[in-house]
Amino acid sequence: MVEPTPSTATAAQPGPAPHRGEPIYTVRGLTCRFRQPRVSLRRPTPPLTAIEGIDLDVHAGQRFGVVGESGSGKSTLLRCLAALQAPTSGSIRFRGQELAGRRDRELKFLRREVQLVFQDPMASLDPRMRVRDLIAEPLVAQRMGGVDERVGELLDAVGLARQSATRYPHQFSGGQRQRIAIARALAVRPTVLLADEPVSALDVSVRAQILNLLAELVERYDLTLVFVSHDLAVVRHVCDAVAVMRAGAVVESGSAERVSSAPQHPYTRALVAAVPTLRRALAGADPAALLGAAPTDEEPT
Amino acid sequence: MSSFGPAPPPGTSDPTLPVGAMSSGARRSLPASLLVGGVLVGAIAVTALVSLLWTPHDPLLVEGSQRLQGPGAEYWFGTDRFGRDVVSRLMVGARTTLLVGVVAVGIAGLIGTPLGVLMGMSPRVLGETVMRFNDLLLAFPALLLAVMFGAVYGSSTLTAMIAIGIASIPVFARVARSGTLQVLASDYVLAARSAGRGPLAIAVRHVLPNISGLVIVQASVSFAIAVLAEAALSFLGFGTQPPTPSWGRMLQEAQELVAVRPFQAVAPGASIALAVLGFNLLGDGLRDRLDPRLDDRRGA
Repeated sequence: MVEPTPSTATAAQPGPAPHRGEPIYTVRGLTCRFRQPRVSLRRPTPPLTAIEGIDLDVHAGQRFGVVGESGSGKSTLLRCLAALQAPTSGSIRFRGQELAGRRDRELKFLRREVQLVFQDPMASLDPRMRVRDLIAEPLVAQRMGGVDERVGELLDAVGLARQSATRYPHQFSGGQRQRIAIARALAVRPTVLLADEPVSALDVSVRAQILNLLAELVERYDLTLVFVSHDLAVVRHVCDAVAVMRAGAVVESGSAERVSSAPQHPYTRALVAAVPTLRRALAGADPAALLGAAPTDEEPT
Repeated sequence: MSSFGPAPPPGTSDPTLPVGAMSSGARRSLPASLLVGGVLVGAIAVTALVSLLWTPHDPLLVEGSQRLQGPGAEYWFGTDRFGRDVVSRLMVGARTTLLVGVVAVGIAGLIGTPLGVLMGMSPRVLGETVMRFNDLLLAFPALLLAVMFGAVYGSSTLTAMIAIGIASIPVFARVARSGTLQVLASDYVLAARSAGRGPLAIAVRHVLPNISGLVIVQASVSFAIAVLAEAALSFLGFGTQPPTPSWGRMLQEAQELVAVRPFQAVAPGASIALAVLGFNLLGDGLRDRLDPRLDDRRGA
C-alpha cells in the first residue's frame, strides 16, 4: 500500500506572492478564554486564555497555514473560524458577515461554505454510522438532493472504492479514514476548507499521500484552505501564506517562502531550525536535501 | 481492527460460527452471553405463552385431598398446602414476572432516557439542577415507593409495576445524561455541527445510538431488579394478590414448609434466579451485538 512519495520538487516551490483575492476571513482582536474548574475556596481559578488579540486576513484562493507548538491556540483559532467555538471577544468576519455572537441556527450559510477536516478521523467519524451516512450527513443536514450519486463521486475523488459506502469507519486504516473525512468535508461543495492537523494522527507512511490528496483537491475545486499544523515543513509543503502562533498570539506572518527563508522572530527561527530533520524524514528520497545542496534557507546558520 | 483493503466477499458475513470460542473468535461468533441469556429469557417467555393455553392442572384449583404432595408423575413439582399444582402456578407466575419487567423497564426507560439526554444537552446550570433532584429520587428506595403506592391505590400487580417503573426512572436519567455528556464532548458531534446538524438531529442520530449500549445494559439490570422487586413485594403482600400466582408470593407461602417440602421454595426461588441471570446475560450480549465496532462481519 505504498504510494509514491510526494513530489518534493513542487513542495519546495514557493507559491507566487500571497493572493490578494477578495477577503474571505477578516479577524480582528480575536480572544478566546476558557473557564477553568475552581480549585480554591478563596478565589476563582483565572480563565485559560487560548488565544488573545489575533488579527488575521485570509483571501480567496489562499492556502493559509497556521503553525505553532501544541497549546499555542491554533486549534481554538480554527474552531472560531468554523464558528464551532464562540470567541470571548473580537470580531470574525466571513465575506463581510460577522460570525462572533451568532447562534448556531443563524450560521447555516457558513455550514454550506466552510467545512472542516479534524485531526483524528477515528474521533471525528461517528463509529455507529456507515461511511455512506457519514459522507452524506452534511448533504442531508442541508437538505441537498442527489445524495447517493454525490457519495459515489466523493469516494472516487478521494480514492476509495465505492463499495466502502456500506462499511463502518473502524474497518478502515487511519489514512483511509481521513479520506472519508475529507470526502465528507467536500460533500456540500464548500469554498473554504479548514484542516486541523489533518495528518498528525496518521502514520508517517501515509501522511504524504493525504497531504498530496488535500493539495490536489484544493487545486481541483479551487478551495481556500486554512491549514493548521505544528510542523512547518508540512505547512510549507501545502501553503503559500503562514502565520506563526505562540502562546495564543501570532508572532509572525507572511508568505510561506519568506517566513521559512528569513524568519524574523526568534521563535520562528527555532521552528525553522527544527525543520531539516523533519523534512528529511518526510522526503527522505530528495537527494538535494540529503546532500545539503538545497538552498541554504534549509539550514540554521 | 485489521480489516481494510478490499471489502470481504459477500458470504463471509455468516454469523453461524460455533459458540464458546471465547479467546480469539469470541468477537466473531455469537456472544455466549447473548445465547445463554436469550435461551433463558426465551424459555420464560415460551412458558408464559404456553400457560395461556395449557397448564398441567388448574393453577387455582384447591384440592384438599392432594395437599402437600411431593414431586411425582401426577404433580411434577408437587402441590402446595392448598393442593394446587406447583408447576402450573410457576407457569402462570412467569406471565406476572415478564409483565412486571416489561412494564416497569418500559416506564423507566421511555421516560428516563429522553430526560437524561435532554438534561445532558441543555445548559449546564439547568441540567445540574434537575440532576440534583434526580439524585434525590435516586436515593428513595423503590420498595418504599411501591409500599406507599400500595397503601394509596391498593396492592396489586399493576400498582407494584408502576411504582417499580417510576422508581427506576432516575437511574436511566443518570446513565443517559452521563453518556450524553461524553458523546457531546466528542469530535464527531463537533463534526456534525459543522455539517449543519441541529440539536435534535444530533440527539437522535449521534447521541442515542452511541448511548444505546449503556441504556440496554441498564435496562437488563433494571429488568432483573424489577423482577426481584415484584417478588419481594409479593412476598411482603404488597404486590400480586392471592390467588394469582407470582414467584415471590409462592416463595413466601413456601417458607414455613421449607423443612417439609423444600422443593416448593426451591422451585420459585430458582425461577427468579434464572430469570434475573437470563436478563443480565441478554443485556450484556445485546450491547456487544449492537456495537458495530465489536462486530466486523456485518459491515461487509
